[in-house]
Amino acid sequence: MKLTGAEIFVECLRREGVKTIFGLPGGVVLKIFDVLHQQKDIEVILTRHEAGAGHMAEGYAKATGKPGVALVTSGPGMTNVVTPLVDAYMDSVPIVVFTGQVPTHLIGNDAFQEADNVGISRPCTKYNFLVKDVNDLGQIIKEAFYIAMTGRPGPVLVDIPKDVAMNKGEFHYPDRVSIRGYSPTYEGNKWQIKQAVEAIHKARKPIIYVGGGAIFSNAHEELLELAELTQIPVDMTLMALGAFPGSHPLSLGMMGMHGSYASNMAVHFSDLVIAIGARFDDRVTGKVSEFCPEAKVLHIDIDPTSIRKNVHVDIPIVGDVKTVLRELIAMLKATPNGHSIEQRKPWWTQVNEWKAKHPLTYVQPPDALIKPQYVIDRLYQFTKDKDPIVSTDVGQHQMWAAQHFVLNKPRRWLTSGGLGTMGFGMPAALGAQAAFRDKLVLCIAGDGSFQMNMQEMATAVVNKLPVKVFILNNHFHGMVRQWQDLFYEGRYASSYLDTVPDFVKLAEAFNAVGLRAKKADEVDGVIKEALKADKPVIVDIEVDPYENCYPMIPAGGCNHEMILEDPPEMKRGEKPVPKVAGEDKDAVLTA
Amino acid sequence: MEHIISVLVENKFGVLSRVANLFSGRGYNIETLSVAPTLDPSMSMMTIVTQGDDRIIEQIVKQLNKVIDVIKVVDLNEAEFVERETALIKIHTRQEDRAEALRIADIFRGKVVDSTPTTYTIEVTGDVRKVEACINLLQPLGIKELVRTGRVAIAREPVRQAVAQPRRILKEEK
Ligand SMILES: Cc1cc2nc3c(=O)[nH]c(=O)nc-3n(C[C@H](O)[C@H](O)[C@H](O)COP(=O)(O)OP(=O)(O)OC[C@H]3O[C@@H](n4cnc5c(N)ncnc54)[C@H](O)[C@@H]3O)c2cc1C
Ligand SMILES: Cc1ncc(C[n+]2csc(CCOP(=O)(O)OP(=O)(O)O)c2C)c(N)n1
Ligand SMILES: [Mg+2]
Repeated sequence: MKLTGAEIFVECLRREGVKTIFGLPGGVVLKIFDVLHQQKDIEVILTRHEAGAGHMAEGYAKATGKPGVALVTSGPGMTNVVTPLVDAYMDSVPIVVFTGQVPTHLIGNDAFQEADNVGISRPCTKYNFLVKDVNDLGQIIKEAFYIAMTGRPGPVLVDIPKDVAMNKGEFHYPDRVSIRGYSPTYEGNKWQIKQAVEAIHKARKPIIYVGGGAIFSNAHEELLELAELTQIPVDMTLMALGAFPGSHPLSLGMMGMHGSYASNMAVHFSDLVIAIGARFDDRVTGKVSEFCPEAKVLHIDIDPTSIRKNVHVDIPIVGDVKTVLRELIAMLKATPNGHSIEQRKPWWTQVNEWKAKHPLTYVQPPDALIKPQYVIDRLYQFTKDKDPIVSTDVGQHQMWAAQHFVLNKPRRWLTSGGLGTMGFGMPAALGAQAAFRDKLVLCIAGDGSFQMNMQEMATAVVNKLPVKVFILNNHFHGMVRQWQDLFYEGRYASSYLDTVPDFVKLAEAFNAVGLRAKKADEVDGVIKEALKADKPVIVDIEVDPYENCYPMIPAGGCNHEMILEDPPEMKRGEKPVPKVAGEDKDAVLTA
Repeated sequence: MEHIISVLVENKFGVLSRVANLFSGRGYNIETLSVAPTLDPSMSMMTIVTQGDDRIIEQIVKQLNKVIDVIKVVDLNEAEFVERETALIKIHTRQEDRAEALRIADIFRGKVVDSTPTTYTIEVTGDVRKVEACINLLQPLGIKELVRTGRVAIAREPVRQAVAQPRRILKEEK
């Protein structure tokens, strides 16, 4: 049967089970949009910017575990999607991005809106394709989804020239593909797993360090079983939040630069680190040469390059978390060793002492400015029974959300970790909401980050995606301001954002709901009201602009050397005093 | 330490750039690189000479393996190997130097592949030390132009395996 490239495209996506595409048209992809327009199986969500489309695809993928799909035009359409591609590559998010390209005979001629899409995206994708012949399109799309979803997941780009979309070709969609240079390892080496069992039995001060890989592998049940079976405490990376229940007594919460005191002390003083689908990022290890100095390191990861990249590993196991953990648990059960759990009692006492010594707390005086931690805490209390999906932007608010919003299930947490992309939060929330129309989706945003993709509020309203955006408005690039206070003697170079825009008016301009809280006793009210609305909501919460996020391990510091509160020698320069948007304009200008 | 790495890749466009990107993007160094198709025209063999300590070489090998168009990676330094490089050296020759030039070429089993009254072009093949020694000796005569292929290398076949391969024995019997 002969079909046009555009028809082949749609048919392939249908067979791949794609339900939603995020995109924005342009000359060379009009044919594909036209065919999409005439069918009902696949919903097309028109975004306002291609970066929005890319991050929505990421949010969709993270929340569902299925590939996120975006479709954009050549030239500027493609270049706008570069940030989401790099973001997805860093955080191992399976998205497939289709880009239009000028007709094959014009490629290389500096044609109108031509860009070297495969050249530009080569270092920011797991793989990419330029389709030169419509007869190859089916095979390539199959391979694209296969590569995105298998092994270590990641973004794949398929560049489709206009004539390939227009021409007719043979429709061929293989059931399965095999690529001779690509065969990810899922089963762990048995001998190494045996070594792991022995190391676990011997360890007196073990810690589990779990990363995003446990979520990609859908291994939360196995992880819980392993931790409970061995009674080993669990540290999570930013990317792993929800892989292990945050409210479980064995959970020490997030580790690393802004991780909990107990989590960082435990990893530093442990004698066995069991790293599971984590990549020893410098935000986790701190000073690498002094990371867990006394510990043996056991590392399970599907990507061999993650192993021994940053730290020495004693027991490397290349494989899929779920598959390897099943084997490991079976072997542990076959060689029961209740004795070792007995001998770990002093370790447990120590860990509990650390937990009690510096828990993650904050003080909210009733008449003072709103503490950002308080907002997250209240939001958590109001929504925990609704099993919400939570997305964040990048900055202090992201860290406070990671610390104070307790997550008990995987795929509820959408955040940009590796690239730290401001502007990720709201479009990612929309992507998740598009996948789960009836679920509560919250976006915890910063005033700076939100402005990087706020155009997507239009996408939210038009497509009836009722996300609830809570902006922790400190009128600063707060994370930058914190570093300036700590390391640049309080000189606020380009970190003060002032008091524009008025986010409530902005919400109204988008025909969404806008709410504001200025005092602590207003927080509960706006949360309740936001949750009641069946439309997208922006809640502008005026928080203490000078609150800093602790614990903090200064870059290059050791994990057990955390700063726990504002140091007495901290200098604050001229202090801009932000006013609430729209109130007392002159005061704002002179501040 | 210097390592020679053999990389079997898909013979299609963009592959060279994927491999080169990997090295430049991660700050690894390529000293020489040579690429040509294999017996099977759908594949090419790259020979890459690079530098690094054990940890870096381990990462390079793993990162190369991770590239989807890479089919096989062998760090030749793990066993015995033979390496060769060819240089084409064009030298200025005054009348009184011409005999000396030929003598040097001869020492290195070089061949004169082009000649004019004032130049010789000499082809020399061998391991890198030999090629460089030849270049060094010719330099005082005046090198006008020099091109080198970069190194290619192949693992030495372990003797035991060679005997076990019947086809090879058949060939020798003929
Ligand atoms: C402002 C800011 C502050 C930050 N502070 C912190 C902090 O305090 N603490 C912190 O932890 N992070 C922090 N981060 C995030 C940090 O930069 C890294 O993104 C994060 O630590 C990486 O998490 P991960 O190790 O879980 O790796 P991921 O990026 O989630 O990588 C997953 C790993 O699992 C492997 N994998 C994938 N699939 C599988 C599978 N099926 N089986 C086995 N393995 C698999 C992959 O190969 C990879 O090695 C911060 C980021 C920002 C922007
Ligand atoms: C696209 C992008 N540009 C710059 C940065 C550097 N950066 C990290 S956090 C931050 C400030 C974020 O401000 P805001 O969104 O208001 O969050 P806050 O820290 O105030 O909670 C900046 C500028 C970044 N991460 N991403
Ligand atoms: Mg801010």
